[in-house]
Amino acid sequence: MKAVLVLFPGTNRETDMADALRRAGADVVTAWHRDRELPAADLVVLPGGFSHGDYLRCGAMAARAPVMAAIVESAGRGVPVLGVCNGFQILIEAGLLPGALLRNAGLRFVCRTVRLRLERRCRLSGHLEAGDIIRVPVAHGDGNYFADRNLAARLEDEDRVVFRYVPNGRGTGNPNGSTGDIAGILNRAGNVLGMMPHPEDATGPRQQSRDALPFFQGIVDSLS
Amino acid sequence: MSEALPDIVARHGFTADEYAKILDHMGREPNLTELGIFSAMWSEHCSYKSSRHWLKTLASNAPWVICGPGENAGVVDIGGGLAAVFKMESHNHPSFIEPFQGAATGVGGIMRDVFTMGARPVALLDVLRFGSPSHPRTRHLVSGVVSGIGSYGNCTGVPTVGGQTTFHASCNGNNLVNAMCVGIAPADRIFYAAASKPGAPVIYVGSKTGRDGIHGASMASTGFDEEAEAKRPTVQVGDPFTEKLLLEACLELMASESIIAIQDMGAAGLTSSAVEMAARGGAGIDLDLDAVPQRETGMTAYELMLSESQERMLMVIHEHAMEHARAVFGKWDLDCAHIGRITTTGRLVVSMNGRIEADLAIGPLAHEAPVYERPWALPDPRPPVGVPVSPVSLEAALLTLAGCPDLASRRWIWEQYDHLVMGRTVAPPGGDAAVIELPGDRGLAMTADATPRYCEADPVAGGRQAVAEAWRNLVAVGARPLAVTDCLNFGNPQSPAVMGTFVGSVNGIAEASRALDMPVVSGNVSFYNETRGQAVQPAPTIGAIGLIDDLDRMASLAFGGAEETIMVLGATHGHLGASLWLREVTGAEDGPPPPVDLDAERRTGEFVLGLIRDLGLASCHDVSDGGLLVALAEMALASDIGFQVRRPDRGVGAHAFWFGEDQGRFVVSSSAERDAIAAAANDAGIWCTVLGRTGGDMLTVDDGRPISIESVRTVHERWLPDTMGGAEEAS
Repeated sequence: MKAVLVLFPGTNRETDMADALRRAGADVVTAWHRDRELPAADLVVLPGGFSHGDYLRCGAMAARAPVMAAIVESAGRGVPVLGVCNGFQILIEAGLLPGALLRNAGLRFVCRTVRLRLERRCRLSGHLEAGDIIRVPVAHGDGNYFADRNLAARLEDEDRVVFRYVPNGRGTGNPNGSTGDIAGILNRAGNVLGMMPHPEDATGPRQQSRDALPFFQGIVDSLS
Repeated sequence: MSEALPDIVARHGFTADEYAKILDHMGREPNLTELGIFSAMWSEHCSYKSSRHWLKTLASNAPWVICGPGENAGVVDIGGGLAAVFKMESHNHPSFIEPFQGAATGVGGIMRDVFTMGARPVALLDVLRFGSPSHPRTRHLVSGVVSGIGSYGNCTGVPTVGGQTTFHASCNGNNLVNAMCVGIAPADRIFYAAASKPGAPVIYVGSKTGRDGIHGASMASTGFDEEAEAKRPTVQVGDPFTEKLLLEACLELMASESIIAIQDMGAAGLTSSAVEMAARGGAGIDLDLDAVPQRETGMTAYELMLSESQERMLMVIHEHAMEHARAVFGKWDLDCAHIGRITTTGRLVVSMNGRIEADLAIGPLAHEAPVYERPWALPDPRPPVGVPVSPVSLEAALLTLAGCPDLASRRWIWEQYDHLVMGRTVAPPGGDAAVIELPGDRGLAMTADATPRYCEADPVAGGRQAVAEAWRNLVAVGARPLAVTDCLNFGNPQSPAVMGTFVGSVNGIAEASRALDMPVVSGNVSFYNETRGQAVQPAPTIGAIGLIDDLDRMASLAFGGAEETIMVLGATHGHLGASLWLREVTGAEDGPPPPVDLDAERRTGEFVLGLIRDLGLASCHDVSDGGLLVALAEMALASDIGFQVRRPDRGVGAHAFWFGEDQGRFVVSSSAERDAIAAAANDAGIWCTVLGRTGGDMLTVDDGRPISIESVRTVHERWLPDTMGGAEEAS
């Protein structure tokens, strides 16, 4: 199984993501933002970072990079696409996922381990089962997922909320004020997943949690 | 021109003697650009003119040192074909004037020092010292500095994993921001800043040059007055995105055989990078300023030479590598301009618009800045504090200390830093030392620390203590200490009292680093941290790194479980002088600091390392600020496991025993090895005192009222968020 990591100027979690994918058994190749074609791959991944410094809205400039046309085209063909953190922001700015990611409600960058519940199984939920709770870090300043009432209702009706923040014993567990504690959503076709938390940093034997290893292993297994 | 000279000369910070020396070197009067170049190179910041004499006394050699002081950063062999490249630097003055940008560019500057040498930065640490929490400016400074550091580290994708934050009224007019960066490089591919090949092209890469930061180095070489705010234009503006591109582009170019010498344009910008590279290579350098990428129009030679615009590098490359360099920097959308050549003249020759704007011998600029042996005097030794009577119970004192400004949780700070990016953070912030994973299941441990109140009371003991605490922090996680970087923050060196604290601290550091085999491989001095005669408490910050050979044998401060035996290794005499207990519980800042017995430090530390490596001891915490009971409470908080402890009947009073800050101690807890540890300690001649057992969710001390972990956690966690006020986060 081959995964392609799409790199933009300012991407900075590509080694974390490559490590996680390799731990799960994937071959990893990269594409550069100026490329107009993607290498043939079973999975397209947009890792985290600060593409173009996030100097405009996060992800807004990257969403207009030459490589995006190929990503939109692949997604349209049903190729699975995973966007994490800045990758999620880019997918939203590119129109592949709905809603918006606003400044965190606390107005500060936040890096901490949160608890995520898998709300439903899907093509990109790996070996996790609905209701499973995993410990995964977040690290972002603009992760406050906003959906207006209509969109929020539609996401729930269509069962497209994949990950939700759940309480961690102290407080609500929602680190950024996201609507409905939403941490990750799916497109309508079910092949594009965007999420703010970093499952890739919860896969290694020396990391604070390995809860997300089955997530990657399942994705790799299903695409192999 | 000559009539206006005295004023211009004075405004460039020269004394009459220094100016006479310049005239003597040049054999003529300098023009304005030349005067500016001299002013930057001979500033305290660049020339170390007040400190150089003393810095020479520091030990910088050991078999594992690849490169000591004098380069962009220190380099240490860490085995496995790898080297650790690290340094700490201050950005105090800019961070007080403009906290966000000042702190951000401090991080950017130290990162460039590290990747300039071919290393990928893998960790950042920051030591921050602010004024009194109640001072009207403090919250603004804390907020700005923390978000500035976060913005830079987070965007560049380098985890910020540790540091220290303290508050003291002496910093009301000058906060201290010391940033440390650690990088990893192949040990046989270190890049240096010695430009030695005549005819080789000099290229400029990175951001364009603007008018920001002109005279930054000179600003950092005087104290503040009422006009400090007016110096805001001398603070540079950071662009971490460009830094990230520059980092990736430089490392990509370094993978080929292209670069002869490389140096970042930090303090004093193009001037210092050009002069220092040429000086190290014994060469000359010609610069054509028309070729320098410029952000603004109409910049003069003076401005171009002294601008401190950020995210720029100067390189000397092989002629054949020009095309490759252009391609690499083009890929990363960065300027890459050919702006000069290395010569054999031994001179810096700057031209612009066909005119020679400066023509100066390199030697005097780089090597012949005046060196001052300034008068100094150590403070009078303070008398002991005797046996202070505690106004409160042990439990009340513990709660006071756990929630006091210098001991309360720093979570509010480090959660704003991405401490996990790169995926290699094994021990995140909050422990004795942070640990980053190395290939082969090894770990690189790092810490940064100092205790200014000790240094104020007794600079020699304080200097020793800063190194000893770094040693203990590394040992407590199971790392073999390797080397030190120092960042020495003091007031005006022209005051003998201030100079005395500097000299004493350096002496203490020199002594301790020799005794503990931790050479000082890089460093930085920041003087003039004072406002209207009020200097900061002396703060010789020590950053240090150490190596864990097997990550399966690593310790942390969390208790391993219930029913473990808790012991303290090292002697407890109950020293309360200059302690946090004295300050926070009785309100007195008095007495001498605890003495540091370097021989005992070394023996105890090596013993603890042996326990971790050979016996697999997993719970270990060094005893420092706040003494034993604070250390125990921190272990309880980290593990959510309580304890019952009892003071041995040995003639030391309760508060002195539990809150005294005697050095050279570790608390360890272990389930089965109690007798083995006690016997081994006895054999090694190390004090080992059994204090009690772990278990439950209460803390019980002697025969006092048990208090819950939760009550300690509440005061510990609340202080900083409450102080910073308002906007409670959604969690």
